[in-house]
Amino acid sequence: MRATTFQKKVDELRAQYPDPHSAVLPALRLAQKEHGGWLPSSAFVEVGDALDLTPAYCKAVASFYDMFHLAPVGKHLVEVCTNISCALVGAQSVLEAFEGELGIKAGETTDDGEVTLRAVECFGGCGWGTVVAVDHRYREPVRAEDVSAIVEEVRRG
Amino acid sequence: MAESPRLLLKGTDERDLTRLDEYRAIGGYDALEKARGMEPAAVVEEILTSNLRGRGGAFFPTGRKASFLAQGIRYLVVNADESEPGTFKDREIMFSTPHRLIEGCLITAHAINSEHVFIYIRGEYLREFEILRDALDQVRTEGLMRGVTIVLHRGAGAYICGEESALLESLEGKRGQPRSRPPYPAVSGLYAAPTLINNVETISTVPVIIDIGGAEFAKLGVPPNSTGTRVVSISGNVANGGNYEVPHGITLRELIYDLGGGIPGGRKLKAVIPGGSSVPVLTADQIDTPYDADSMTAAGSMMGSGAIIVIDERACMVQLGLRVAQFYMHESCGKCTPCREGTRWMVQLLHKIEAGDAEQSELDLLLDVCDRILGKCLCPLGDAAAMPVASYIDKFRAEFQAHVDHGGCPFGGESSLDRVFAPVDQHTHHPTVEVPA
Repeated sequence: MRATTFQKKVDELRAQYPDPHSAVLPALRLAQKEHGGWLPSSAFVEVGDALDLTPAYCKAVASFYDMFHLAPVGKHLVEVCTNISCALVGAQSVLEAFEGELGIKAGETTDDGEVTLRAVECFGGCGWGTVVAVDHRYREPVRAEDVSAIVEEVRRG
Repeated sequence: MAESPRLLLKGTDERDLTRLDEYRAIGGYDALEKARGMEPAAVVEEILTSNLRGRGGAFFPTGRKASFLAQGIRYLVVNADESEPGTFKDREIMFSTPHRLIEGCLITAHAINSEHVFIYIRGEYLREFEILRDALDQVRTEGLMRGVTIVLHRGAGAYICGEESALLESLEGKRGQPRSRPPYPAVSGLYAAPTLINNVETISTVPVIIDIGGAEFAKLGVPPNSTGTRVVSISGNVANGGNYEVPHGITLRELIYDLGGGIPGGRKLKAVIPGGSSVPVLTADQIDTPYDADSMTAAGSMMGSGAIIVIDERACMVQLGLRVAQFYMHESCGKCTPCREGTRWMVQLLHKIEAGDAEQSELDLLLDVCDRILGKCLCPLGDAAAMPVASYIDKFRAEFQAHVDHGGCPFGGESSLDRVFAPVDQHTHHPTVEVPA
């Protein structure tokens, strides 16, 4: 059933573009959402089938972009910008505070599969650093002392 | 301090300009009506007269770019993939006055006889995507589109897609790797058709030009080369980081100390990056330089994307160089060898210098690597790594030398950038969650 619904949704996406290949990124985003936040091999088959492309092509495209995950991620995603504007105002301490609160290193997921912590490149909130995104929603600015409250909120769901 | 005119950001402090009626109340979409009453060529002529130049970083004359377009089905593509570190002004335009961007799209589409507009917005800008989507719905309901379609296309996390030819590749559903030019997009762009591609701020300036007239616009700022206003992003060690619309010609001192509120804690200014992380650094004694293209070039840097990053005395310039190089290494698409290999070598050498393990000759080797990247790739990403790092060595040679001489960082763990961490440092390929059966 999912395949049919998925095809229908992809058809709507491809109808926006003069060339259906332009729908690869939106279709991958949709597939990632339907697969719990990451793209298993089966997702590339689904996207490929929906757009008349090979799974390998779809995987090659997905692997180029940071927002596509080729391995499982936690239920929640906490991303800390550590680029220079944020680093100048203490992103290191913010990231380390998250590592401490969650008991994991940047790039890892908590054992219960709840939270993935990532350091990321510039989020575009430089004047309001440190920028942290929780499930893709920006928090600006975040200081090290704000971290335990954010983690508690994320853990509550 | 120079008066700060608000042309693009007009009304954003007083009104909720995400609403069409509020935008209308400050004269919104009047310029569209005016432009649609003009011949397309006359609209392009106004833009030429204004001498508006691209606000994405290249500062190319917008009107000239529009007049190069070949015949046939034409596309207008708006570059909303704002990712240059330090830059967040396009985001401000999109979340605080989205209709100005949409109005700019519709006027520009009319000017170039195009019915197909794509706004390529970086994937991380979720809230801005939602605001633009809702604003577009209002415009469609009001019947302002007149046969033009605007597609909001979300990126998926790749700095390189802010480079125009990589953006077009990405929009075509491919990996975002730059194209060899010529042909330029004006001849062969999206789907190999003539394409005009401009930055968000550039397109959002078009309604202002139609409203006040190209000749009036050309009197603002520092004519003839740096006309009009600029939305600058101020970040780093300043009290009031944020976006400010200013006339070209305001000095860096005014930007940092008046608008930015100066450096917290009474600390001393060490350096300023005046145009996003890819441009050469300026030193504290250069801040009386006016913020316009010619003055910035004379000072040895550029306005780039309008991002001013303020660095106080606590920062180690080797750590800064390392973090900048790590960013560009992470974002290098891998197509051109000098960039793919060179950014990696830069990171390795900077790590050694910071750790105090570098030989004297490796300082010059680092400069040599920078020189072997500059101007040798299909796109400017490699240059964007090499130019700033070479400038840090040039301007702060003694600090780099001290790392070599003393066998480590002279800041002794007290640099504001100490323990600086980059995404390339994390282990991304070791999933710790079981794959569900």
